[in-house]
Formats: sequence, C-alpha cells, structure tokens
Amino acid sequence: MDAESLLLSLELASGSGQGLSPDRRASLLTSLTLVKRDYRYNRVLFWGRILGVVADYYIAQGLSENQLAPRKTLYSLNCVEWSLLPPATEEMAAQTAVVKGRFMGDPSHEYEHTELQRVNEGDKAFEEEVVVQIKEETRLVSVIDQIDKAVAIIPRGALFKTPFGPIHINRTFEGLPLSEAKKLSSYFHFREPVELRNKTLLEKASLDPSLDFMDSLEHDIPKGSWSVQMERGNALVVLRSLLWPGLTFYHTPNTKSYGYVYVGTGEKNIDLPFML
Amino acid sequence: MEDTTSLEQEKENKEQEEAEKPWERKIPSSSQDSEPASSDPWEVEQGREIGPPPKNSPPRSPQSKDSTYLDDLRTPASPSHSSPRELSFIPSVLALAKQNLAIPSPSDRTTNEIPEAGKLHPDLLEQPSDKKEPTQHHSSQPEGNTCQLPQQPKPLLQRMRNVSHNDKPKGQRFDVFQEEDSNSNYGLDQTEPGASEAAPSMLETAIRNAKAYLLKTSSRSGFNVYDHLSNVLTKILDERPEDAVDIIENISQDVKMEHFNKKLDTLQNENEMLPTYEIAEKQKVLFLHGHLEGADQELEEEIVENSLPNIMESAFYFEQAGIGLGTDETYRIFLAFKQLTDTHPIQRCRFWGKILGVEMNYIVAEVELREGEDEEEVEEEDMAEERDNGESETDEDEEDELPKSFYKAPPVIPKEESRTGANKYVYFVCNEPGRPWVKLPSVTPAQIVVARKIKKFFTGRLDAPIISYPPFPGNESNYLRAQIARISAGTHVSPLGFYQFNEEEGEEEEEPEGGRDSFEENPDFEGIQVTDLVESLSNWVHHVQHILPQGRCNWFNPVQKNEEEEEEDEGKEEEKGEESDFIEQEVGPPLLTPISEDTEIQTIPPWTTRLSSNLIPQYAIAVLRSNLWPGAYAFSNGKKFENFYIGWGHKYSVDNYTPPVPPPVHLEYSSGPEITEMDDPSVEQEQAFKAAQEAAALASEENEETEEDEDEEDDYD
Repeated sequence: MDAESLLLSLELASGSGQGLSPDRRASLLTSLTLVKRDYRYNRVLFWGRILGVVADYYIAQGLSENQLAPRKTLYSLNCVEWSLLPPATEEMAAQTAVVKGRFMGDPSHEYEHTELQRVNEGDKAFEEEVVVQIKEETRLVSVIDQIDKAVAIIPRGALFKTPFGPIHINRTFEGLPLSEAKKLSSYFHFREPVELRNKTLLEKASLDPSLDFMDSLEHDIPKGSWSVQMERGNALVVLRSLLWPGLTFYHTPNTKSYGYVYVGTGEKNIDLPFML
Repeated sequence: MEDTTSLEQEKENKEQEEAEKPWERKIPSSSQDSEPASSDPWEVEQGREIGPPPKNSPPRSPQSKDSTYLDDLRTPASPSHSSPRELSFIPSVLALAKQNLAIPSPSDRTTNEIPEAGKLHPDLLEQPSDKKEPTQHHSSQPEGNTCQLPQQPKPLLQRMRNVSHNDKPKGQRFDVFQEEDSNSNYGLDQTEPGASEAAPSMLETAIRNAKAYLLKTSSRSGFNVYDHLSNVLTKILDERPEDAVDIIENISQDVKMEHFNKKLDTLQNENEMLPTYEIAEKQKVLFLHGHLEGADQELEEEIVENSLPNIMESAFYFEQAGIGLGTDETYRIFLAFKQLTDTHPIQRCRFWGKILGVEMNYIVAEVELREGEDEEEVEEEDMAEERDNGESETDEDEEDELPKSFYKAPPVIPKEESRTGANKYVYFVCNEPGRPWVKLPSVTPAQIVVARKIKKFFTGRLDAPIISYPPFPGNESNYLRAQIARISAGTHVSPLGFYQFNEEEGEEEEEPEGGRDSFEENPDFEGIQVTDLVESLSNWVHHVQHILPQGRCNWFNPVQKNEEEEEEDEGKEEEKGEESDFIEQEVGPPLLTPISEDTEIQTIPPWTTRLSSNLIPQYAIAVLRSNLWPGAYAFSNGKKFENFYIGWGHKYSVDNYTPPVPPPVHLEYSSGPEITEMDDPSVEQEQAFKAAQEAAALASEENEETEEDEDEEDDYD
C-alpha cells in the first residue's frame, strides 16, 4: 500500500483482521516519509509484516520512476529504523527452499541444514554430511521476492506503458467499474510478464498494448487460489490469496484507491490443492 | 517556385500593412533579403523533410488557418484586437521558420544568413528565455549540425508565442493543431496558393473548406475531428490537469469512451448498486432497532446489559495489539450482537472471532443460552449399536452356512451433553453484520476426530458439502463447529488465578472422567503484572477442557457399554473379550493447566508473548499469540482479559499435509481345507487311484475268499 495513503489503506485492508497497532502506525507514517527522502524513491510502499517467533519484520519497498523496475526492499524491527535488503538472486531461492518453519525474528539467526554431499576422492565416492548455514536475512529476502512474484497484484489500467519503455502510473485511472471488479481478469501480477508471450494471436489481438502488458490472474495455477469478496455491500472488493495466506488486496471500485499488504508467517500454503 | 516567392511577397505585404512592432518589420525585410538566396535550399529542405516539392505551403497555411480556428474557438473570451496580432505574428513566425529551415543548409549559404540572423537576435534575446520546451512542430528539422543558431530562434519563437498568448495551454493547442492539421491538409494544397492570393475573402473560403473537412463525420464512429477536438480542449480547460501534454492521448481516448458510455450508464449503475443498497438497508435496520422497542425497553435493558459484551472495549485493546477489524466494522458487529441478544434468550455471549472463507466469511458468537432453552437434540446415534446387536444374534444361527464377516464397526461414541465438554457453549454465526444469525449444531466426537485429519477451506456457505478423505460426517456447518471447538480448546487462555475451581467436597474420588470441569470466577483475583504475563507463560492457564483423541472432553469408555450388552448375548463373551482387551483411558491435561506445559511445535514455542507497545510500557498490555493456531490471540492488561480468533480456521504444521492412507483391505475369510480350492486330479492320477482302489478291494476280497475258495482267484487277474 502506498505510504501516502497509509491510514485509509489500513482501514480498508482491516477485513483480514491483522493490522497495525497505533504506535506502529504512527511510527510508520513518519519513518516512511524520511525513507522516501533519504533514498530518493519515487514511491514508497508499505509491503507488510512477517510474523516471527520472537519479533516481527516490517517490510517496505521503494519504487523508482519505472514502476516495473526491481524494487528495493527495506526491513525494520521497530518501524523506525530501516535497513536495505540485498536484491534476491536465484541462488538464494535455491538455498532457502530447504528451510521450513517459522521465521525467528532475528535477522542474524542461522538455520542449519544438513545435506548429504557426494565427495569424490580419487576412486572412492562417499557421502558426507555437510551442515549448511543459512542466514535468516537471506531467507527473508527470498521469501519477499517469492511473494512479490507470485501474488503482488494491481488492477488493470493502473499502470500504462509508454512507447519509450518506462512504465508509469496512469493518472487517468478512475478505478475499476463494479462489473469488472469481481473478475480475476481485471487484475494483473505486479511483475514482469511471464505468460504473455504464450497467448494465442487471437487473444493478443484484443489486448491494448499500453494497458495489458502484464499477466492477469485468470490463469493462475492452481485454479481457485484467489478468494474474491465484496465487503461493505459492494463498496470494497477484497482479494485474498490462498497460496500465501495473509496477502490481502483491496480496491474501492470507481475510485483510485487500491493496494496490497501481506501480514503473515511468510510460509507458502503447499496444502492448497488438498484444501480446495 | 515562382508561386512561392510571389506568395511570400504577398504575405509580407500584408505584414507590412499590419505590423505594429518594429522587430516584426525587421524580420520580413531580412527574410526578403535572404529569400532569393534561401528559397532554393529551403525547398530542398522541404523536399528532404516532407517529400514532394509542392509541399512548401503546408507549414504556412495551416498556421494561418490555425489562427482563425483559434479565433473561432476563443471567440467568447478573446478580444478582437488580438486577432490581427495573431495574423501578423504567424507570418513572422513563418518567416522565422523559413529562416530556421534555411540555416542548416550548406555552409556557403549560411555564412550569408547567419550574420543577418545574428543581427536580429541580440535585440530579442535581452530577456533570457526560460522556457525551453521542445518545439514539436519543428522536430522534423534536421538538427544534426552543431550550429548553435538553430537553437536561438527556437526560444525566440517560443517567447514570441508566449508573448502573444496568455497562458501555456493555448500555446500547446497551437502545437496540437499544427500536428494534426499538417497531416490532414495535404489535399488542400491546390486551393491554398489560390486562396491567399486575393484578399481575405479567399482566405475565408479556404478556412471554410478546411472547417467543412474537419466537420466531416467519420463513417465508423459518427464523430468528427472538429467536435472531438473541441471536446478534448474543453475537458482539458475544465480539469486543468498537470502536464496535460503528456496525457493528451489518454484524454482524447477518454472523451471518445465517454461518448459511448453515456447511454449505458444508468442501467449499469442500477444493477451494480442494488447489492450495496440491500446491505445498507439491512444495516440500517440494525441502527434503528433500538428505537422500536417501546414500553418493554426498561425490562429488556437489564437483561441486555447482562448478556451483551462490551465489544468496543475489547476491540480497543486488541487494536493496541494490532489485531482488529476496523472501528466501524466492529461497531456494526456490536449492533448485530445486540440484535442477537434481543431475539434469542441468551444468558451470556461473547464475540468469539471471525473465520475467513473463500466466498464469504463467518462472524462467530459464543453464546450461553439461558437454562432450559436448548432442548432440540433429536438425533440418537444408538441405531448403529442396535444394528450390531441384530447381526450378532443372527450370526449364531448361520454359523455353518456362509462365511461371515468378522468386522464390527467400532462403537459410535456418543456426543457430549450440552453444556459440558466440547458442547459447553452454543455458537451462532452470520456472514455479515445485518444478516440473520444461524445456530450451529452441536459437535460430535466423530466429527472432531475426522476434522483432525482433514484440512479444507471454508467456502462461506453453511450447507456446502465437505468432500474429503476420510469422509467428513456432515457439511460445512458441522466442520465449522468442529474447528471452533478445537480452536477454543487449544487457545482459550486466561491469566492464572482469574478462574478457580468450585469448592466441592470429595475431590480426589475416582472420577475417571478427567477430573474437575467446572470453574468460576475468582472474586479475589488481584491481577498480575503485565510484565509478568509477558515474561512467563506459566501465568496463563487454559480454561477450556482439552479434547481427547477420542473426540470428547470427558472420557467415554466404549467397553463399558459392550459389557452391558454381553449380558444379553451369551455366546459372544469370548469374542468381545478378545477385541476390547483393555482400552486405556485417554487422559488429557486437566483444566486450568498453565500453558507453559503445552507441547512445542518442533522447536518453536507454542505461544508468543509481546508487550503491545515498547515505547510506552506503563500502559501497555500483554498480548499472546498462538503459533499452533495462527490467528488466535489473547490479551490482558492485568485485570481484564479476552480471547479472539481471526483467521482461516486451520492448525499450523511445519510439514505438509498428507492425507491419511486408506486402511488395508480387510482380511478375507481364513483359508482352510474345506474351502480351499484344489485342482482336479489328472487322468493318470485317477487311474492310479482307481487301480489302487481295485487292488485294495481285490486284496480284501482275496482275504475273504481265502477262507472259502481258493480256486477262483485266477479269475480276478
């Protein structure tokens, strides 16, 4: 959610129950404006909160002019002091795939994972147990990255692509109309498109290249991994992800307010196919 | 070419007639000087840029037309004296444009013209131009050369434009027009030279022609350029967005779409708004309910005060912990509770929490009904036991006939009585405040046992079937009730000492059913320091009975019942004795055990404690968060406490959910010689057998006959 409209956004996303306490809210309002100034970001988003056993991580993201450029992620334990996290890489993802369980809440905590590695010495090949240490910070980075790639969403029309390449916020975006707000096809993943090229020519012909340049939620696997609900009568549409429980996206139809926030334990719900 | 020069001369004559400012006169003179020299390169330039040679007029004529269009559009606002200025201005702009185009020509020409241009500019460049917008209509100029002069005329042009125009948008309009019209006016080339030759009447004809062209409606959409442009400009002027030139295409698109959407708007709005209005109506009823009471208000108030919980107060404390549904949503839930207490006879109730579902959510109220108000338990599950008895009786008769199945279904464990154990409270749910409250059925142990083995999302509809393995005995309302029971048993905690056991006599008697199960509030509770509550988990205790693996809170021994039945069936004692060896009594932690005794989840403690605020610790409250049931919270400020649940309704497990494996196939009837298949004997075997038989018979006969006759033995060979 945008740091500028933090209070309203928190109120709209409160249907999921997990929000922020007043002192966190107050500290966020001040510290995020300072972050925006210090790091010179075009926009600062409050990404959410990852609940750890000992402490919680508060995550914010900074965006530059080009809205789809890789975002810078910052974390804080007390909503006042923010530290920049390194960008996510493939190796991190592979490394942290073996770590299971809750986040501790201490960024320097190390998870131990014993692996059997084959060590070839001359003719013999035997397996050794190697204990690999994985830092919680690495895990945090890759989990945030996974969540962003999987479930960060944006309504159709909120961003538009200029012929020169950079992607801007569409200032003429007036919000989704009610009839469109309940369809999954009106929401896009807020990331570089992956499936767009695989569409057939017929489908591509009906797309507007300045607006439809991202993947829509329609073809997400597994089907049914999004829960679309209207709250407060039809005045608010809330999408909750069932794959990463804790991610809530809200949008008031016919207005410009939208955003997403993640408050959860940072674990993927792998049991989803059993639960549907 | 001749035409152009004559044309230009005509224009310059006009200028000289109307020019007011000295510099404007200067420019025509200089351009006149440079014309003969520059017309050629200019044409060449034009040729390079635009293509066919006779296109040297387009940059000029549209400008003249532009001015008149501007006049048309601005007629309500603009004073008339600005128009001649426009007319004079534009040819001068035009002349400068020519000069611009001329300047990047081959160097021998430029040496001629540059000093002339240079003469002009120092006068005009006294005020530094601070607006250096890229001139869109000049962007087609070749700007590859490093000559600085082309840049000087540009700011000059802009300033000239700005001098005569009052505000920026008009300048941009000018640009817009030029872009659009330069593309559309190629067809009118032929008329243009003729139009500007004569007096302004020909100009007017040209203007009218061009206007007629712009008013031509498109065959596809019914629009025309003229109206569309005037709509776009009106919109821009009304809304005055920033950086309008950047979003001009979007605005144009929006104007087009608006035109189409108008007719459908009313219909769409009605359809879409109906559900909103419905909910609003329902919620309005909530707000009005209080006023409709009348005379009985006082009486009911007393009761209502007792049973209605102070949800807003608890919500305030939970908000300190960061949990909550938002203030107005909570207030609506508060009103829905009031409605609940008004319509049902409720002793006590509590806002248990909210369970999220895929299509709709559930708001759950934990309710204690008044005495004697809840007898609708009709179903008896003893039918299964009677069936078992029937089978066992018939078995005796048919023992020799068919192989019988040894399978006996495990006896159904009866559910607990209301107000005890897992059914201590009654739960009401609704999807949204304003919707009617629905009572959930009591929970049976079988449902709890199966609910432990499955993991399903709630859809939000109480009658939805639960399709799972093992099959869940019931639909979503039962599953919901079972999960609520499990969550309550696992996560409802209170500070140590808040509740105490009732003072009863003979406490340590046998009582195999799990010990004491009734408690009451401790009137002497003095509160615990918040810091103590946060530091040590032993200051919190469970006040809901633990549910045994059997599915009940109080142990039910299925063996006992069977022993009673044995008296009826005599031949069954042995078998039954073998099966029910000795079912151990399942024991769970007794009531009011501190939560420090809870088992850990691998390495993680089952509860996380926090102070609600680190900045102001003296007024902070202790917040407890369950790691086993994510979404279960409890707070206490030392004296008061409350439990709450908000989440999907599932238990946390580090490992993936693995569905239980189907049980092994039941043993078949044990094989014995009577029913084992045997191969039929082969022919040799049969013959051998027969021979053996005959030999045996022979032997026996021989034995017999040896006693009588020994002469007839030979016959048998």
